[in-house]
Parts: sequence; C-alpha cells; structure tokens
Amino acid sequence: MPANLVPSASEFLRISPEILLTLVGTLMMTLESMFSRKRTLGVIAFIALLAAIGLSVAAHGDPGEAFHGMIRVDGFTTFFRILVFATGMLTILMSANYLEKAHAESAEFYALLVFCIVGQSLMVSSNELIMIFIGLETSSIASYVLAGYLRADRRNSEAALKYFLLGSFATAFLLYGVAWTYGITGTTNLSAIRQFLLGGQGSESALLLLAAAALMFVGFAFKVSAAPFQMWAPDVYQGAPAPVSAFLSAGPKAAAFAMFFRVALTAFEPIKGNWEPLLWASALATMVIGNFAALRQTNIKRLLAYSSIAHAGYVMVALTTASETGTAAAMFYLAAYAAMNLGAFAVVTHVARRGERYVEVNDMAGLSIRQPATAALLTIFLLSLIGVPLTGGFFGKFYIFKAALDANLVWLTVLGLLNSAVAAYYYLRIVVVMYMQPPAEGDTVLESPSAGIAVTIWATAVATVLLGVLPGFVLDFAGRSAGFAR
Amino acid sequence: MDALLFLTFATIAVACAINLVLQTHPIASALSLVGVMGSLAVLYLLLGGEFIAAVQVIVYAGAIMVLFVFVIMLLNAAAEKKTKKPALRAVVAVPLLFTFLMLVAYLIQTQVPKGPGVQFGGFSGGSPADIGRALFTTYILPFEITSVVILIAILGAVVLARKEV
Repeated sequence: MPANLVPSASEFLRISPEILLTLVGTLMMTLESMFSRKRTLGVIAFIALLAAIGLSVAAHGDPGEAFHGMIRVDGFTTFFRILVFATGMLTILMSANYLEKAHAESAEFYALLVFCIVGQSLMVSSNELIMIFIGLETSSIASYVLAGYLRADRRNSEAALKYFLLGSFATAFLLYGVAWTYGITGTTNLSAIRQFLLGGQGSESALLLLAAAALMFVGFAFKVSAAPFQMWAPDVYQGAPAPVSAFLSAGPKAAAFAMFFRVALTAFEPIKGNWEPLLWASALATMVIGNFAALRQTNIKRLLAYSSIAHAGYVMVALTTASETGTAAAMFYLAAYAAMNLGAFAVVTHVARRGERYVEVNDMAGLSIRQPATAALLTIFLLSLIGVPLTGGFFGKFYIFKAALDANLVWLTVLGLLNSAVAAYYYLRIVVVMYMQPPAEGDTVLESPSAGIAVTIWATAVATVLLGVLPGFVLDFAGRSAGFAR
Repeated sequence: MDALLFLTFATIAVACAINLVLQTHPIASALSLVGVMGSLAVLYLLLGGEFIAAVQVIVYAGAIMVLFVFVIMLLNAAAEKKTKKPALRAVVAVPLLFTFLMLVAYLIQTQVPKGPGVQFGGFSGGSPADIGRALFTTYILPFEITSVVILIAILGAVVLARKEV
C-alpha cells in the first residue's frame, strides 16, 4: 500500500474545521427529535462554529497543503475561514428570533446554514479547481434553499427560483472554463497551472486560455455579483428572509471573492496583462450600476442589495490591481463590509417585524424617537458604508484606492471616489428619514430588539468602530497573508 | 479516422442539443437529450475514456433520462403557452449564440491539438482501475465532499417540499 494513501495527522488538522462542521450538520437532523426546543439546535450550531474558529487558528499553526494539494492552509485561508465562521455565528443570532416568529425554526435551517459554511470554508482554503468547484456547489445549493426557506412566503419562492436558475447557469460557465483550462494545461492544480504558464507552454494556445479565463470570470463575477452579472442580487436579497439576505451578502460573497483572488493571482497571474482591462471595466460598471440604481430604491432590502453590488465593485478595484497590497486591502474591506452590512441588515430584520411588513425606507421614520439606540447604531453602519472616517468602511476604501493608485489605476480611483460620493446620498437619506420624520400613524408597536438581534447589532457596531479606530491588527494580518504561495 | 468520427458525433450532439431547445413537447426534448448523451459517450470513447463512456450511457442516457421522463409524465405537462418576449432579446440572442459557437469551433480547430490535456488517442488513463485509483487517492477529498453536496440536495428537497410552515 503506498504511503500517501493514508493522510497524516496534520493533514486532518488542516481540514478539521470542515470535518467538525460537516459532522455537526449531519447530526443536527438526528438531534432534532431529541430537543423539543429548536433553539437548542441553534445554540449547538453556534458553539460548533465557535469551535471551528478555534480549529482554524490551531490549523494555522501548522500551515501547508493537505489531501494531495486540494487544501492549502495559509494566512489567507485562516483569515477568510474565521470571517465566514463569524458571519455564520451572527446569522444564527439574527435568525433565531426571526424564525421563531415565523413558526419556522427547525433543524433543517441550522443544518443548511452549517453546510453552506462548510462549502465556503472549502472555497477559501482550496488550491485546486475541482475542489473549488465542489466547495462552491456545496455553498450555493445550500444558499438556494435558504433563500426560499419560508415556503409560504411567495417572495421567498421567487428569490429561491431566480437564484437557483441563474446560479446554476453561472456555475455551468465556471465548470466549462475549468474544463478548458484542464484541456490546455493538463492540470487543475492552481500552482501547477501557474508553472505551466510561466514555462511559456501556454503561448501556443494563448487565445484558448483567455477564453477559458473568460468563462471562469463569468462564474466568479456572478457569485460576487459583479457587473454585468449582478442582476440576480436585488431580487434575491429583497425576496429572501432578511437574516438570509444578510448572510448571503456577507459570507458567500467574501468566500467567492477569496477564491476569485486566489485563482486570478495564483493560476492566471502570468497572463494578468490580458485580464486586467476586463476587470477594470467590470469594476467600474459594478460601482456605477450599484450606486446609481440604489439612488432610486424605496425598499430598504433592495437598496442594501444595490449597495452590496457597489461594494463588490470596490473590491473588484482591489482585484484589478493584481498586487499584494490590493489583496490585503480587499481582505480588510471584506471583513469591514461583513461587519457593517450584517449590522445594517440586523436592524432591517428588527424593524421589518413579523412577516417582513415594514421594509420600505419610509418605515424607518421616527426610529430615533422610538428606539434611539437602534437608530444610532444603524447610523454608524450607514456612515461606515459611506466610508466616513473613524469607521471600518473608511479604512477599507482608503486602502483599496491607495493600492489602486500604487498600481497606476488613476482613472479607476477617481471614478471610484466619485461613486462613493454618490453613495452618500442614498445612505444619508435613510438617516434623514430616521431622524427628521415623525413615526407614521397607525404603525404597529415596535418591540425592543430581541437578545439575538441586540447582540448582533452591538457586536457588529463594535467591530465596525474598532476596524475604523484600530485597523492595525487586522491590516497587519491581512498584509502578511496577502502573498499567495506560488 | 478519429477526426471523422469526432466530426460525425459532434455534429449529432450539437444537432440534438439544438433540437432539444426547439422542441415544444417535453418528451421530444427528453429524447433529444438522450441523443446528446449517446453521442457524448462516443466522444469520450474517442478520447480514451472507456469508463466515463460506459457511465455516460448507463447513468445519464439510462437512469437519469428515465427519471426525467417519469417526472414529465407524472407532472403531465400541459400544452405550452407562448409568452411575449422582448423583441430585442430575440434579435440579440441568436446572433450572439452563433458568434459564441463559431468562436468555440474556431478555437477548438486552431488551438486544441497543441494542448497536452486533450489529445485523440494519446490518452490512456480512462480504465475503471485508473479512475478508481484517482478517486481514492488524489481526488479523495472532492469525492467525499460530493456526498455532502448530495446530502444538502436531499435536505433542501425536504425543506422545500414539506407541507407545513
């Protein structure tokens, strides 16, 4: 029996977070019959994610590859693993009360959420196109179902169906690109593809290789909702249950960007001169479409969806730089974005109340009188989304545009900054409605936030402000982890 | 010989695929899909992938197609209704599709023979033993995770098909 047939202990340690979460997700269905209170299952999922963060840190102490180069644990992996696990924990806090009110708290929800996170964890730690594809499918299929989780609500079903059809189509493009890449290079390992291209062997089939990269771009751009493949995001975020929309805009998006960066800057880095113009155009279009479409929205979930597209555009700017500083800036930005966006969605979940009847911007009217603390915290998130100093959003944008200037992307920087100015309008509009308009008459009572929502809002607010006041810790780690093993 | 067989069955596959989209009756579409699957199996065989070719026939052309047809029969698909599509879409879509196909054909024609990955007759790793070895050594992790994907699909079907909520 060949020795490499049995993985070593450190290989198991490197995928221990995924193993733990898969076991918990599977056990969840068995455990359902044991607990009459479904909340217990949420607690178990929460603890499992916390333990998975611990295991990621432990695995970080022993970096390297596992399972024949399928998994690569490095700083980049650890950073995004912790980010998606933390996103999952906050999503559980947000959804427990929401689901209880909808009489829909069940083991399946938590199991799907945990499996979805397993997929994202694999996406961010994979160094192999096949593994990336399967991780992406794990995450995607679970998120299609989560988007349509409340089956009785027609908006949910619409969101799920649109997400599923368009998502499958995009994945097919990605897989086609992977197949072509394999056809040209004879390998699916990112480092091996890079070696092949550096060896100059790709020059004979350069055109084909570009087509392969373009096909993969379609798949990736869809997953991160970058233009021109962003159409699904507003419908899905508007239709899905609010906590799920929060999750979709933070976790899967960060994971998709992580794999986008890894593939672009490892395997396809040798031909970056060819794909940079494409990303340049896509980054600009994403920012413009996101920000200008958001100006006209009245539904706050839809507004946040367009804002999420715009923010994807800023991260695309970082990717266009194809540099280590750009990668570090994007890592920081995605962490800050996850914090401020989860916070904003948590407030929206809270104000929307049972059945999500209050999801218009005008429903925020008078929030400052009825619940001053909630209004103040939402203001922090919105200011951070604008990019006002002393918030995480400011440093995120600052580092991204600094990296873009370093890479001589002057026009993209200028246009990006103009876009951020446009964005201030629609975020401030919400603040104005909250503080300047009286509560609508006949509005039902707004209870004080449930414990889960309150913890989410406070935790994300603290994270948003900390990232804005003391960005050093996260930024240092991102900076050290931004160079990919080649 | 290889080229001749390839062109023949590639043409059949593409023709069946186009027919699949054009047919209005679901069963006719399903049968076209069988044609696509069958000709794909021959293409795999040409590439030296014996195992994949056999699996293609048994699993896809056999099992999965039977399932498709069953579902269509059970749902008793009603007559198709014509929907109004924006004219622009039809005007743009068809030329774009043909441009894409021509681009693909051109690229395959000019570029593929030089790549080391896909070569007619130059590949001999497609026997069941080779596939099995690859699945349980190099690709053990993706192989295992695939079972998680299937579990999620089952779980998702349960969630979306249940009565209450």
